Amino acid sequence: MAPENKIDKEKMVVVEGSYAVAHATKVCRPNVISAYPITPQTHIVEDLSQFMADGEIPNCEYINVESEFSALSALVGASAAGARCYSATTSQGLELMHEVLFNISGMRLPVVMTIANRAVSAPISIWNDHQDAISQRDTGWLQLYAENTQEISDMTAQAFKISEDKDILMPSMVCMDGFILSHVYEPIVLLEQDLTDEFLPAFEPEHVLDPKNPMSFGAFADPNYYTEFRYLQEQAMQKSLKKIEDVANEFYDVYGRYYGGLIDEYRTDDADIIIMAMGSIIGTIKDVIDKLRDRNVKVGLLKVRSFRPFPVEAIKGALKDAKVVVVLDKNISLGLNEGALFTETKSSLYNTKLDMPIIGYMVGHGGRDIKVDLIEKIVDDAKEVIKTGITIESQFTDLKEELL
Amino acid sequence: MKILPGGVCEAGTTRINKTGGWRTFKPVYDYEKCIKCKLCELLCPDSSINPRDDGFFEFDYDFCKGCGICANECPKDAIDMVLEEK
Repeated sequence: MAPENKIDKEKMVVVEGSYAVAHATKVCRPNVISAYPITPQTHIVEDLSQFMADGEIPNCEYINVESEFSALSALVGASAAGARCYSATTSQGLELMHEVLFNISGMRLPVVMTIANRAVSAPISIWNDHQDAISQRDTGWLQLYAENTQEISDMTAQAFKISEDKDILMPSMVCMDGFILSHVYEPIVLLEQDLTDEFLPAFEPEHVLDPKNPMSFGAFADPNYYTEFRYLQEQAMQKSLKKIEDVANEFYDVYGRYYGGLIDEYRTDDADIIIMAMGSIIGTIKDVIDKLRDRNVKVGLLKVRSFRPFPVEAIKGALKDAKVVVVLDKNISLGLNEGALFTETKSSLYNTKLDMPIIGYMVGHGGRDIKVDLIEKIVDDAKEVIKTGITIESQFTDLKEELL
Repeated sequence: MKILPGGVCEAGTTRINKTGGWRTFKPVYDYEKCIKCKLCELLCPDSSINPRDDGFFEFDYDFCKGCGICANECPKDAIDMVLEEK
């Protein structure tokens, strides 16, 4: 049973999501920050620059760079030298980092990076969907998705702790929905310095670049060795499944706030229809569920916090009593006509005794609002599937026919 | 090569990973033409050309990939790239 969330109303302040992330990063005491501003991540970088200028982040260096590729490249060296490293980016910036993402995860450097999710070009769009981070799902980075600004703030501290664990040493992307979370002002409790110091001790790297004790990071590996490196990376990913749960509980012990471990469930106890999604859309879905529950529609929500590693067992457990599963994706795997969460949920349930229909909807591309009546319509479709037993193919929804 | 926890390995792995097996052409060195200018040693990307005490050079065929940079840069054409018989 999930612990009760205790939020101290007296400590609440109204801040912008980006400020919450920048503040969380500050109290995590990073040693090197390197990031290049890009909408909608810019405010995070601006706030961090301001903290640096005001001398509020001691023992830290901010490296100014000319692109995202350089930002992450600078952190390869810094992290290998034993520094706690942070960056932030989005969309095209993340795509520009693509090559270095593999280097960081392959060299097992526990860098933490905030992604203010945004659609990818072309056509150019600065608004939110999850295509940028999803496109990087196989780079070996952990991917955690936050529902609101309180969670993104707290998730930043959790990500450092997960990544820097000696058994894991894999980098993390902490994903927040661009604009919807990054530019919104919400009342939250900022991370306190003393509690964070207790929760997240100083980074003690297992291996560092040191001329006195030479070591090869990212060595050349011929076919005799490469497979074993990849196997060890996957092992670390599998170990992080438990670590993410543990860290969520440790965070609760220190701060009294809990958002679920790998997944979180909302009113799923007797639900026939379970809606799965990630990110800020969760809040809207919860409102719809409350409304539909008043009308005796048995619907629940499964929030996926960790997309990488993909919590196969947790999802199987949560879905076992559902009659139909609806997956909402703010991304598409082009050529498959499916969203990533839908595909992976479906493959997780294959070869199990769970064979309920799964319906995939691709919604909210390029920042299109996902409204309450759209989710209600989707739930109506799901009710129809239960009644007729005929499942629906994965599809785009909310299309404007007049533009096609 | 030993993989340590966290996916790093001990230093000096380039001595273990022998890259000489990929070669199609191999450099053959003519002592008579060599003026000991050291360009070949300096430019070899695999550090597989080593100086000897007498100022001439030795080719380490365990690591030479046969790229031919040494032959191309040698001012006296003292190095020939010849097709390697397997």
